[in-house]
Amino acid sequence: MRMKEEHTKDHAALAEDFNQDEPRVNWHDETLWFIREKRDRAAFAIPDWELLRETASQIKFHTLSNLSQYLQQFEANAQANGMTVHWAADAQEHNQIVHSILQQHGVTQMVKSKSMLTEECHLNDYLEQQGLEVIDSDLGERIVQLAKEPPSHIVLPCIHLKKEEIGNIFHQHLGTEAGLSDPQILTETARQHLRETFLTRKAALTGVNFAIAETGEFVVCTNEGNADMGAHLADVHIASMGIEKLIPRRSDLGVFLRLLTRSATGQPITTYSSHFKKPRPGHELHLILVDNGRSVQLGREDFRNSLKCIRCGACMNTCPVYRRSGGHSYQSAVAGPIGSILAPNLDMKKHADLPFASTLCGSCSNVCPVKIDIHTQLYKWRQVIVKEGYADPKKAIGMKAMNLVLSSPNTFKLSGKAGRWFMKTVPFLVSNQMNPWYKQREMPQPPKESFGEWYRKNRPQHD
Amino acid sequence: MTVGLFIPCYVDQFYPNAAIATLELLEKAGVKVVYPQRQTCCGQPMANSGFEHLTKDCNELFVQNFAQFDYIVSPSGSCVLHIKDHLHSEKHEDQAQGIRGKVYELVEFLTDVVKVEKLTARFPHKVGLHQSCHGQRGLGLAQMSELVAPAFSKPEQLLSMVQDLELISLSRKDECCGFGGTFCVAEEAVSVKMGKDRVADHLQHQAEVITGADMSCLMHLEGILRRQKSNVKVMHIAEILNAQEG
Repeated sequence: MRMKEEHTKDHAALAEDFNQDEPRVNWHDETLWFIREKRDRAAFAIPDWELLRETASQIKFHTLSNLSQYLQQFEANAQANGMTVHWAADAQEHNQIVHSILQQHGVTQMVKSKSMLTEECHLNDYLEQQGLEVIDSDLGERIVQLAKEPPSHIVLPCIHLKKEEIGNIFHQHLGTEAGLSDPQILTETARQHLRETFLTRKAALTGVNFAIAETGEFVVCTNEGNADMGAHLADVHIASMGIEKLIPRRSDLGVFLRLLTRSATGQPITTYSSHFKKPRPGHELHLILVDNGRSVQLGREDFRNSLKCIRCGACMNTCPVYRRSGGHSYQSAVAGPIGSILAPNLDMKKHADLPFASTLCGSCSNVCPVKIDIHTQLYKWRQVIVKEGYADPKKAIGMKAMNLVLSSPNTFKLSGKAGRWFMKTVPFLVSNQMNPWYKQREMPQPPKESFGEWYRKNRPQHD
Repeated sequence: MTVGLFIPCYVDQFYPNAAIATLELLEKAGVKVVYPQRQTCCGQPMANSGFEHLTKDCNELFVQNFAQFDYIVSPSGSCVLHIKDHLHSEKHEDQAQGIRGKVYELVEFLTDVVKVEKLTARFPHKVGLHQSCHGQRGLGLAQMSELVAPAFSKPEQLLSMVQDLELISLSRKDECCGFGGTFCVAEEAVSVKMGKDRVADHLQHQAEVITGADMSCLMHLEGILRRQKSNVKVMHIAEILNAQEG
């Protein structure tokens, strides 16, 4: 099982566990900050960067506003090209469609390139339960698959692992020498191992980065060429895409390709941006259009824009909380700021902690290549989660008590001399060893008088 | 012009010197300032925790206290941003709307409305500027490091007018400190780690004083500095702009 379904700790508790090893937190933070800086250099090399972001945002807005029309156009064109198009309402239906295609071809082993959608649908677990074997061909994904962990980042799935740990995993599973951690040797080992997989698999599944309505083709972006290796060597190519991956025209694609990898890793473009339009003679090309909550999100006016996401991961790299809590603390296929506004739509109760795992600093919205107002949506999800009753009841009582005092000037003034009421009531300022504020921080020292008291003495004319 | 002085509740209770410096700075700039004494809180602690629906009474009180003024000025980017984005009134929405348009954080009020060109302050110390996110990214007090756009900084513009002040540079000039309202206790581990990392950046660059336009972030950093038994102090930017150190 790759995904642990039990969900006993929330983000804060898992983040606290992660912070037990401070040097490791520093390493994780610095590794991701390095990528944020690479993104900055790539963005600043394009004078029209902000215009590019705005253009991408508008194209996505237009597409989402006319989604049903573009989906139908895409389906008709894809079918005319010779693709078989499937529609899946949810994760289960998606997984069943994949399974049935594999069954029809008598395939029991499949190779799969990176697809966050299949992580969201827990496809690997499902197929393994049906007795099928899936091998992830993206190097990072293969590493976490061998380690029996979910990816911790949508672009850099094993960013939480050090090369020594990867060496151990390869030693256990791929027979490399114990203690070996040279990245070049490890990569070559993975290459040989995956080559055998590519050559022997009759079915390959890929994700989809962009689907073009006017041509019925789709585009898959990888740095390793693993999607191409899988798709070109297999008899059956299955591509899974969320319905929000559409763009209207092929001429729109350049806007997104310029933004995607600069935002993700600071590269100008992915090594491979492969267009798939029709099956080769004698082969099959299946495309699965997956909803899985996207229509519901489209109907939520405050959160609709989250569907613009092109899965670059820039918001994770810049997020000061993500960098110091690690991707696994989010317990969602898509972690970080964008995951925190997507996940509550899928399961509000399970992911009620995520919109609160943020300081609302706003850096995520600024790096987002399609200008999703991520931090504003985090704020709005908090309101929804409280209204729907998923907040801690103790917190609700405290908030009501706070409101009573703060909305009444006389109570506020009578509640004590400087600092006294705050010391007792405001949750972050309760001065005792049990309070989380005090664990690693000192309390402010209450002054001899409040500003209000000073003012009455020193500016009596206004009293 | 009469300015209504909006002092955040925790500044009133814990950091009166920041409020006094704000008042004196505005008075020196020739502005008539009134502090409405029935003010309490902008409601942000509740709203950011998901309880915006409980802030109606705070909102009505805020409107009663401040609707009459030409401008409302506060030494807190965060509280000002909350008012700008979320102040509404069932009884007097027109007044609430008016307030949302005329509420200013102190630094932007001095640079954009009063258009201060010189100060009499002297502060012979190495100072690190903490860019609080709500002031910077929310109100636009300074250019954000993520955006491909010309650099500017309103707090630096004012600090540069202070005699003998040496502004240090930072490795990460606008990384969040991790205060985040109730985040600082709800996500204690990450909050403290973020704060420690901010403090370390200032210390590495030899700051003697850490300043900023939001006392809440500074309160969090001060808590960490004092736990570390550091001699480095935090001061609200108003205290430095109003400093008369000999």
